[in-house]
Amino acid sequence: MILPIELVDLGYIIASILFIYGLKMLSQPTKARLGNGVSFLGMLVAIVVTLLSQGLDFSWIIVGVVIGSLLGLVSALKVKMTAMPEMVALFNGSGGLASVLVGYISFHQGADMSTASLIAIGVTVVIGGVCFSGSLVAFGKLAEKLTDKPVLFTGQQVVNVLILLGIVVGTVLFVISPSVENQYLIIYGVIFLALVLGIMSVLAIGGADMPVVIALLNSYSGLAACGAGFVIVNKVLIVSGALVGASGLILTNIMCKGMNRSLANVLFSGFGSATPAASGGGSEQGEVRASSLQDVYYVLEAARSVVLVPGYGMAVAQAQHAVRELGDILEANGTEVKYAIHPVAGRMPGHMNVLLAEANVPYEQLFEMDDVNPTINTVDVCIVIGANDVVNPSAREDKSSPIYGMPIINVDYARTVYVLKRSMNAGFAGIQNPLFFKENTRMVFGDAKATMQGLIAEFKE
Amino acid sequence: MLLIFVFVLSIFLGVELISKVPSQLHTPLMSGSNAISGITIVGALLALNHVTNDTLSIVIGVAAVAFATINVVGGYAVTDRMLAMFKKKVKVEK
Repeated sequence: MILPIELVDLGYIIASILFIYGLKMLSQPTKARLGNGVSFLGMLVAIVVTLLSQGLDFSWIIVGVVIGSLLGLVSALKVKMTAMPEMVALFNGSGGLASVLVGYISFHQGADMSTASLIAIGVTVVIGGVCFSGSLVAFGKLAEKLTDKPVLFTGQQVVNVLILLGIVVGTVLFVISPSVENQYLIIYGVIFLALVLGIMSVLAIGGADMPVVIALLNSYSGLAACGAGFVIVNKVLIVSGALVGASGLILTNIMCKGMNRSLANVLFSGFGSATPAASGGGSEQGEVRASSLQDVYYVLEAARSVVLVPGYGMAVAQAQHAVRELGDILEANGTEVKYAIHPVAGRMPGHMNVLLAEANVPYEQLFEMDDVNPTINTVDVCIVIGANDVVNPSAREDKSSPIYGMPIINVDYARTVYVLKRSMNAGFAGIQNPLFFKENTRMVFGDAKATMQGLIAEFKE
Repeated sequence: MLLIFVFVLSIFLGVELISKVPSQLHTPLMSGSNAISGITIVGALLALNHVTNDTLSIVIGVAAVAFATINVVGGYAVTDRMLAMFKKKVKVEK
């Protein structure tokens, strides 16, 4: 059966509408899950219509779809919630690579291609290539297979600009070259340079800035699909790719605002490479006061209100379940419990929300930074669980600090602050945190999960 | 030109559609929209259709379909898993 072209187009229109509704619902808490389903339905419609459009030969298609479905489904169902950032990075890279391959194969199969098609192919393989290799590096950093610190060297900006120039010149040559043999050589070169650019640009970014990078790469994967749409002249690819591109840019922007920095600053400043000694505030530290579990227990037992501030350390220690258990115990003890979530806490947008949801923390107890800060001076105890830069008062007070101006959760305004931390190392931004030396701060050293379990044990005795 | 028209309108539509997102939906929105970018599978399917006996085309075409499918299936499944957690949590409370 071969569908007439009108029905195929109708199917694509329906798919586009389902994507639009799906995305809209995905940004509303009560409808989000249904929205994901609506968008999936759109994808099914687009795929089925495509399969029926020209009587495709299914044999090879089935091979690809079966392999892809198995890999995708197994990893999606097996992945731990704490490993979600690297999972998203991998899926993202996989989409980027698919777009590169679509761009390349369209060139390989096409004869007498128009200038517009050649431009589209060039742009698609470049964006897709950057998205693919950048996502792989992001995966490596998030899975701690690569260093979390930005990798920098002298002349890096110059090298990056040269690579970018090479890509632009290469793409132009690819489009205007009269010889097909040369075009093959050039497109290989352009793809190679795009892969290098993706690696170089993400390597230069520190772990704390990962939420921005992940959101941006997400946007690229949409734009790459969009480019592929121009290559094969297919509007459903253009519409949905552009929607993803736009939503990725919006998230990127939200993340940048959460750090009060521009996108350019995040991408090019090598933020987080500074050594603690060089970043100021090193001389006026004073004394750190450590607290034992028992001391913490006595204070918590008597506290009327407690605010828990999770950070990346909670994800690393997989402490979210223990944190929720302590929260429940405190609540049962008559304490008011709130969880304060900074927009860029963790390694991807919304990272802490995902972990706390996994641990069944009631939605009513989750508060965004701006909802907690106005009343934080009435709070008895703040417990900082593996967060650092997002509670660093330097952002408010120290104009020379690299993070000056970043909105933070003002935990130091609470009566008592407990900071759960493995050691006195500086945060991922490499900046010393004056919070640790404040009068009302007590450090609780050790693994966050072990500390939480210790406190729970104290309460149970 | 028509395609560029469609592209520009879609970008604006996307921006207007998702301007306000509560932070607990940041991750699902990201992974859910990421799954949509797997729409490139349509391109991969069509490309594989033109394949003749050229081994390179077959290999690349199958790879393109497979990677796009990973993006689609994995993306939707993982998003649904996350959103199921959010939903469960709301029910527990009520």
